[in-house]
Amino acid sequence: MLLVNNIKYRFKKRDMGTQYRTFWQCIHIDGLLLFGILLLMGLGLFILYSASNQDIQVVEHQIMHTCLALVVMFIFAQIPPTTYQRWAPWLYIAGMALLIGVLIMGHIGKGAQRWLNLGAFRLQPSEIMKLAIPMVLAWHFHKIHLPLRNKTILFSGILILVPVILTAKQPDLGTAILLVVAGCSTLFLAGLSWWFIFSLATVSALAAPLLWYVMHDYQRQRVLTFLNPERDPLGSGYHIIQSKIAIGSGGLFGKGWLHGTQSHLHFLPEHSTDFIFAACGEEFGFVGSLILIFLFMFIVIRGLVITMNAQDTFTRLLAGSLTLTFFVSFFVNMGMVTGILPVVGIPLPLISYGGSSMVTLMASFGILMSIQTHRKLLTT
Amino acid sequence: MYNRTPIKNHIQEIQLINQRCIAVLLVMIILVLFLILRLGYLQLSKHLLYNTLSQQNSLDLIPIEPTRGLIYDRNGVLLAENIPVFSLDIIPYKVENLPTALAEIGKIIPLNDTDIVQLQKQLKQHRRFDEIPLKLKLSEEEVAKFAENLYRFPGFVIKARLIRHYPFDASLSHVLGYVGRINIDELDDIDTTNYSATNYIGKLGIEKYYEDDLHGKVGYEQVENDASGEPVRVLNQIAPQGGKNLYLTLDSKLQFAAEKALEGMRGAVVAIQPKTGEVLALVSQPSYDPNAFVSGISTQNFQTLQDSPDRPLYNRALRGLYPLASTIKPFIALEGLNSGITNPSFTLFDPGWYQLKNSEHLFHDWRHHGHGNVNLNRAITCSCDTYFYDLASKLGIQRIDNVLTEFGFGELSGIDLDEELPGIIASPVWKKKEKHLPWYPGDTVLSGIGQGYMQATPLQLAVGIATLANRGQHFIPHLILKQQQQNKTYLQQQATLNNSIELTDKNYWNVIITAMQNVITSSEGTGYHHFGHTLYTVAAKTGTAQVYTKKRNEADEDINDQFKLPEKLRDHSLFIAFAPVEDPKIAIAVVVENSKLASGVARKIMDYYLLQELKVVPAQMIPGSPLKKMLEPIKNSVDASVRKSNTGKPYAPG
Repeated sequence: MLLVNNIKYRFKKRDMGTQYRTFWQCIHIDGLLLFGILLLMGLGLFILYSASNQDIQVVEHQIMHTCLALVVMFIFAQIPPTTYQRWAPWLYIAGMALLIGVLIMGHIGKGAQRWLNLGAFRLQPSEIMKLAIPMVLAWHFHKIHLPLRNKTILFSGILILVPVILTAKQPDLGTAILLVVAGCSTLFLAGLSWWFIFSLATVSALAAPLLWYVMHDYQRQRVLTFLNPERDPLGSGYHIIQSKIAIGSGGLFGKGWLHGTQSHLHFLPEHSTDFIFAACGEEFGFVGSLILIFLFMFIVIRGLVITMNAQDTFTRLLAGSLTLTFFVSFFVNMGMVTGILPVVGIPLPLISYGGSSMVTLMASFGILMSIQTHRKLLTT
Repeated sequence: MYNRTPIKNHIQEIQLINQRCIAVLLVMIILVLFLILRLGYLQLSKHLLYNTLSQQNSLDLIPIEPTRGLIYDRNGVLLAENIPVFSLDIIPYKVENLPTALAEIGKIIPLNDTDIVQLQKQLKQHRRFDEIPLKLKLSEEEVAKFAENLYRFPGFVIKARLIRHYPFDASLSHVLGYVGRINIDELDDIDTTNYSATNYIGKLGIEKYYEDDLHGKVGYEQVENDASGEPVRVLNQIAPQGGKNLYLTLDSKLQFAAEKALEGMRGAVVAIQPKTGEVLALVSQPSYDPNAFVSGISTQNFQTLQDSPDRPLYNRALRGLYPLASTIKPFIALEGLNSGITNPSFTLFDPGWYQLKNSEHLFHDWRHHGHGNVNLNRAITCSCDTYFYDLASKLGIQRIDNVLTEFGFGELSGIDLDEELPGIIASPVWKKKEKHLPWYPGDTVLSGIGQGYMQATPLQLAVGIATLANRGQHFIPHLILKQQQQNKTYLQQQATLNNSIELTDKNYWNVIITAMQNVITSSEGTGYHHFGHTLYTVAAKTGTAQVYTKKRNEADEDINDQFKLPEKLRDHSLFIAFAPVEDPKIAIAVVVENSKLASGVARKIMDYYLLQELKVVPAQMIPGSPLKKMLEPIKNSVDASVRKSNTGKPYAPG
């Protein structure tokens, strides 16, 4: 009811001619962004239908996920950025509490645990952190003045690293990486000095061997396999070899929809989740892959435009960070499927089968739309 | 500090963030370009490689077994067929715990040790996902029982497949041979590509000799496999080419008649059509059931066959080496005439023994008190040993060997079977080599009555008598009559002339043949009593091959002496004959081990063939009494056999 009233109020305002607002602005939806998202989602359903071996049930589930995610996006778009700003620290604290909760539950339940069972659905605290980390950093940087001081960097570092370590412990390397990206991109946009970036890069390069000892066995396998997939063609190298075969055999125009042998005959592992891009490359070829990349880039560029149009530091940093995270998630996925990056469990956003990451992603698009449509038009 | 420069800070921040956004955008574009380059590398420049890899991943050629050619007799009676049976197959990689699974399945479908041993062998020769037959010929009950329990046995399947079946069981096993599972030694000799779908190969007999024709050409099915190697769909098919159907020269009715005549004896019969060399019957008794070998004979059953004192696995017709005995006499007599050493009117007095000059050793005639005055005709008729001792001695071993070679003794006859043995023509060179002894004049004397070192197979005897019947035209014996080609036309086998024996006087043939007729018709002929009077003309020669040489002090033998000996030491009887004399239709050699019955066996067979089948004599001329009675049982049993084949009796499993 509140929502409807709100819309009516906006329309009334337009009728009165006090402020010019489009329909899209009234419902707080960014048309271009939505266009890109829907297009990708639509294509994604087609790809998924084929990649799941024409399993209509999988597609139906994915449609349900998509609808849920669209609703979440719509709701998040209605909430004005100031509200996010106010709630940012509380969201972060709540997320942290849940993360720790999951960790303890995991200890009790033995083995990996990533979610809390909340009856109707399962909540992944690490997904909340994807939003909470950039928000809390943007909130923090908004309060202080930029560029960053060393003390602030250290503080932000702790804010980022604690949830990252907790997530990596679950273990969920993919999400942990995305959390690092979300945090670091905020830091970077906030003006982290180039000198600092380079020195950090050098230090981490030196610390890489140290990381080797911290990693889980399966993570080490992935790194070794990435460096040389033929090392173990039927074991851990199998994924990447079959993925490259799938993509390479697609050629310029691909084998055609529903005609990919690699995915249909189960040579390609995880063909409807993490490796769906390989299934797409096989059936739609180079041209199809390019179209997909351009659509992703269209959304990224729109996100950057929203970032640059945003009116204060909080919204700018938040929008920029969310856009960058989106870029990294699709780039890393494509990179791992094509064999230029190691295999980490990051699904292809908007396309891969799966609910929770899509809901979070659409929430972040909702925030972007909110930032875009809640601007006060000062310059008229 | 927040309060010190709030306004300036704001603009500066906007610029900073915008700068960073541009930087980010640049980095993104570089990264995406890199990604596109990578895609281009995989999908454009390396496309061919990956496309091949992807096809290798999923496409597989599955060979299809060609249907084995059928075997018929000369009249189109089916002798070897392929019948559908249900078999229990196993796909090794799908079975988790083989020993337990086998134990479990043994409760439903009884498995014997042979099945398990066979399976172990096959497991080594096949890939993990090949289907291996575990037990053939399941009964309908077993199939039903298994179907109920199917879910309990992943990796086990019931398959319908064709297996070789010989409808006449043991009747033709010494000619047809049998097929069996391909073993490792055979794998080295065959074209493994062509046999990639085949489990069986001819092991013996016709099945082995004509393996290439019977087998056919393998077909292929191009299938798409999923990642677990299981076929998903068929893309393409190249049909297999079935093997050629063979028509044999055998007359199955005659074959059964010969078998019937030999029933209960150990021996062999070979019947040849003299004018072509076509083998009409080839029997070795006792025999064995070849069907047992197709499905894999159990060690125990095989041992029983192997250890049987009657040696059913032993092909007497092709591999049985017997002394020629008196059947050698017509051939030596012919050489005697041809070389001028003797002539039809030359007469010798036979006192019952023969003695070489400068030697005290007496070579006894089979008849203690001799035959008196003997000419060539009488020598053959009553099988006078003394006459032939003398003739052989005069001829010398070289001439004897030459004539025997011309009639096909001492070398492979060239029949289209692999099992044949060449026999022995003894010569000084042979004796030196094999026995490390010099050749004595006495050896030549003994050769004259076929008792020395000479050995021949029943097949060679048949070829010899056929050549004699043909008056010197020596045809290579063969079993193949025609082959049915792919295009349904027939490839006829032509008669092949081995050699032609030329005599200085053609009349010598008549001299010998007349003498051989007297063997049957003359009251003192050796075949007069046992072969008896016939409605058609026969030329024949009997023979008795000694198994046990009597010691000198036992020389005062009488005819019943043989029955005092243990059965295995009794003499073999031999009989060679052809008929009708004017126009020979059949030449026959019969050998019966440890028995005197060869002539009687030959009589039954020839009567059946000439009177029942060819009807060389009008039916009303066949007297009602003893002969007809004798023919009845043979006719009935043969008719029964043929009916059995024609009704196509379905295979009863179990």
